[in-house]
Amino acid sequence: MIEIKDLSKQYGDKVIFKDLSMTLKDGEILAILGPSGIGKTTLIKTLTGLEEAQSGQVVVDGESYAVSDPAMTSQIGLIFQDFNLFPHLTVRENINLAPMNVKKVSRVEADKKTDDLLAKLGLTEQADLYPYQLSGGQKQRVGIARALAMDPQVIAYDEPTSGLDEKATEQVVDIMLALKKEGVSQLVVTHDLPFADKVADETFDFEKEVQK
Amino acid sequence: MENMLTFLPGILSGLQMTLGVFFITIIGSIPLGVLASLGMKSPYFTIRWLVNGYIWIMRGTPLLLQLIFIYYGLAMVGVPFTRFESAAFAFIINYGAYLAEIFRGGLQSIPQGQFDAAKVLGLSKSQTFFKIVLPQVIKIVVPSFGNEVVNLVKDTSLIYVIGLGDILRAGQIAASRDVTLVPYLIVGVLYLLMTAIVTIILRRSEKRLNVWR
Repeated sequence: MIEIKDLSKQYGDKVIFKDLSMTLKDGEILAILGPSGIGKTTLIKTLTGLEEAQSGQVVVDGESYAVSDPAMTSQIGLIFQDFNLFPHLTVRENINLAPMNVKKVSRVEADKKTDDLLAKLGLTEQADLYPYQLSGGQKQRVGIARALAMDPQVIAYDEPTSGLDEKATEQVVDIMLALKKEGVSQLVVTHDLPFADKVADETFDFEKEVQK
Repeated sequence: MENMLTFLPGILSGLQMTLGVFFITIIGSIPLGVLASLGMKSPYFTIRWLVNGYIWIMRGTPLLLQLIFIYYGLAMVGVPFTRFESAAFAFIINYGAYLAEIFRGGLQSIPQGQFDAAKVLGLSKSQTFFKIVLPQVIKIVVPSFGNEVVNLVKDTSLIYVIGLGDILRAGQIAASRDVTLVPYLIVGVLYLLMTAIVTIILRRSEKRLNVWR
């Protein structure tokens, strides 16, 4: 279980959110809803260490961390809105990169895990392609595989359906539900309400629940 | 024909000098350029200021003048560089400055998202630089880098000013001794050959880098 407690963030005088608290239960999908520009992405960037917050704590499995503590942020994998795959690396290299360089896993071991992830996400045939050769939906799935390769406690998605067609959106839904079955906790920032209805166990309405 | 054979040895030793300056400049100026381009983005004002000053001086004055200052000027303040050392030093710091500007442009065109993705995956700063940023910068800068390398081939002829014998000087000596333009013609063809080789190598590397976009 992950509890976010009293998170506050401001740019200069502009308060993005204040004393924000939410709970993500194990194996659940929590959807954070709200219109564009309200600070949802800032929240997710704060949780993954890309932005600093003024104050707040995150409790992961009973252990409390300061909000920008790398020990906490490294447990959250992020799927970017525009994927941010590494264009000079093949799909396989994109996924292997962090396990091999950060966790110092051997190539053989990394390859094995990558093969499993690719098979699970229907990307086996794309393993040796470069990102520019992929469709939007495929890029999205490579992003998911790249995050999963680091065994995060939580997977966070930033607007995962923006720019995807209906079919690719369906695939994202299927993947999220399959990961949920495996017990992966997921956090999804979206303004796509029909999509949120399909995946979310709980919703958090940013507009109503967040103090400014 | 007999005449041509008499000035070939001189031109060949000149070629050795030209290639020596060329390769030592390539080897020295690339790391210097990378460092200076990072210095321009340093969070410390003093470093940015120093690096920008260095680049301003190198790009704002003729290379010919820099050669003269480094050879004669440094000898006057008690730093006795040989002619070749002076030439190598002048060329490296001059080309380092031009390359720094090219690399800076390349660095700036890497989207923030690449840095974000690397950070979220837990890559260190140096891993991010060497595994994510540098390979992408190299692809971006290869065409403008190639321009500089072709310029360098021709700029090596400036070293005559501090008394070094490159191919142009060898040609000049032969031409004035025998009162003929043939040595100049040979020198011209040699420059063309060198720039052609450089161009072919660069085209190949551009092609190889085109497997990804």
